[in-house]
Amino acid sequence: MSTGAQLLTAADAQRARAARYARRKRTNRIALALALAAMAFGLFWLVWILWETLRLGLGGLSVALFTEMTPPPNEVGGLSNAIYGSLTMVALATFVGTPVGIMAGIYLSEYDTRGALAQVTRFVNDILLSAPSIVIGLFVYAVVVARFRSFSGYAGSVALALIVVPVVIRTTENMLLLVPAGLREAAYALGTPKWKVILSITLRAARAGVITGVLLAVARIAGETAPLLFTALNNQFWNADLAKPMASLPVTIFKFAMSPYENWQQLAWAGVFLITMAVLALNILARVLTRHK
Amino acid sequence: MSTLPIPPAQSAYLLAGAQKNMPPPRNFKISGVLADRLFALLAHAAAWFTLLILLAILVSLVVGAWPAISAYGLGFLTSSVWDPVQNEYGGLVMIYGTLATSLIALVIAVPVSFGIALFLTELSPGWLKRPLGTAIELLAAVPSIVYGMWGLMVFGPILATWVQAPLQKLFAGVPYLGALVSGPPVGIGILSAGIILAIMIIPFISAVMRDVFEVTPALLKESAYGLGATTWEVVWTVVLPYTKTGVLGGIMLGLGRALGETMAVTFVIGNMNQLDSVSLFAAANSITSALANEFAEAAEGLHQASLIYLGLVLFFITFVVLALSKILLMRLQKGEGARA
Repeated sequence: MSTGAQLLTAADAQRARAARYARRKRTNRIALALALAAMAFGLFWLVWILWETLRLGLGGLSVALFTEMTPPPNEVGGLSNAIYGSLTMVALATFVGTPVGIMAGIYLSEYDTRGALAQVTRFVNDILLSAPSIVIGLFVYAVVVARFRSFSGYAGSVALALIVVPVVIRTTENMLLLVPAGLREAAYALGTPKWKVILSITLRAARAGVITGVLLAVARIAGETAPLLFTALNNQFWNADLAKPMASLPVTIFKFAMSPYENWQQLAWAGVFLITMAVLALNILARVLTRHK
Repeated sequence: MSTLPIPPAQSAYLLAGAQKNMPPPRNFKISGVLADRLFALLAHAAAWFTLLILLAILVSLVVGAWPAISAYGLGFLTSSVWDPVQNEYGGLVMIYGTLATSLIALVIAVPVSFGIALFLTELSPGWLKRPLGTAIELLAAVPSIVYGMWGLMVFGPILATWVQAPLQKLFAGVPYLGALVSGPPVGIGILSAGIILAIMIIPFISAVMRDVFEVTPALLKESAYGLGATTWEVVWTVVLPYTKTGVLGGIMLGLGRALGETMAVTFVIGNMNQLDSVSLFAAANSITSALANEFAEAAEGLHQASLIYLGLVLFFITFVVLALSKILLMRLQKGEGARA
């Protein structure tokens, strides 16, 4: 091409076009191959992490895991107190956080979709959704732990509940907005009061989606460690009193994994296995629920 | 510390209110108007609750950090002394660790996420889209403590043996690069933390990218294809410019996540307060891991206040990043409406 316009015969032009075409095709092939590689890269980590969790976690699995308490170094034991603590705090947090989240979601979709309060709430909620969970821990420390002068299961539950709320708000709002307006209007036309329309028509129609949101919230807090570190703290003894420091699976895993003791590390892997399976099961269940909708 | 006037009262009141938010029983015979008002009130209260939480977090952090703020001011951000024995604190080491790990995470995660989004929107056969998308999203579902433990026990040693050791051999004697990879090969430090963070934020960034790529009008893409453009050219010159604010929003979202991630980083960063070594493999510290490791045992007073100050800095940075992300994503939605 650079030989000058006079010498540019039709054949040359043809060749140049073909070369350019080949180059473009080559770029395209390379880019798409890289995209494929990126996809493989992402899947690779997932498979690797799950594989290691299975391999190292299955070895530690036993009945004692659920019946015996966290042992001192180099003695046999299980994770029963940690499992109990996790279940209790997650249940309480879900129980407290879900109604608030659902009501706020209802507000955003049924009462005020475009007003100033709704806009700000939506904005703030999206920030809370991704805010560092350890900061939530600091907050709860300041308002609950420091005030009552004690680490406690209640404090841990409050921290987890604060994480549940934004997740539930987000899904509830989205799911309620999917309900066709005609459904609401039909109910209003029959003279139904608004609260009844929302509870027994709108919310009911969006039931599967709302439950999905709650499941995802539970999955999220089941593995949360950071907000529990200085709210519920830890407890190596059996404790069913929420007013006292409480063991939880993630915090126990953290403590055991960082220790040099073989049996503690083994238990930590077993705990990681339990949490991963529970969280993945909840996630998959949540997806199945919305797909059948 | 123990006298925090506003937030405790608010939160106790609000949490009590939260439990009352349970919907009223269906056959409760009260006048419809009253029930309607009550229900609307509860819905409003729940929305306000969200706003108040954000405010309360901010207030409680400022109050808790106040001793450190008044003692050090903004000089806290540039001082690298962290000495609980002498009761002398500065946050530079942790702030550097947080920023450096997040930056490494972005450098890795952004191109990979772009590739994944490109694959899912343009390349993947229809029946594979959903399972593959779900698999990538599951990366976000894996709890961070699992990443941490895996990173410490499995990934770290492999990184040390197969990456750090060869690099050390390669760069031995080379002035700057040699220092960059120096240190004992144990697989702990800024690079391991950055890589693990990258894996953790890939699902967030790629999900946003995929979603915004999918809103590109088919007409635009088909026009480009009709002119003979290749898939890559369509994505690079049509889809990406059309969705650039959304893509940037997704990247910001990932950055926000990376900055605030605690457990995965705490496991692998090494928790050492030093800035002497520039090595990517040297133990360091981040804001979140300093909090996770020290806060529960910190003495009340300046030590605790300084840690809360760090938390405040973290909250401020993530707030700005996440707000920016949200604004960018909203702008894309608006543009979408205008063009449609």
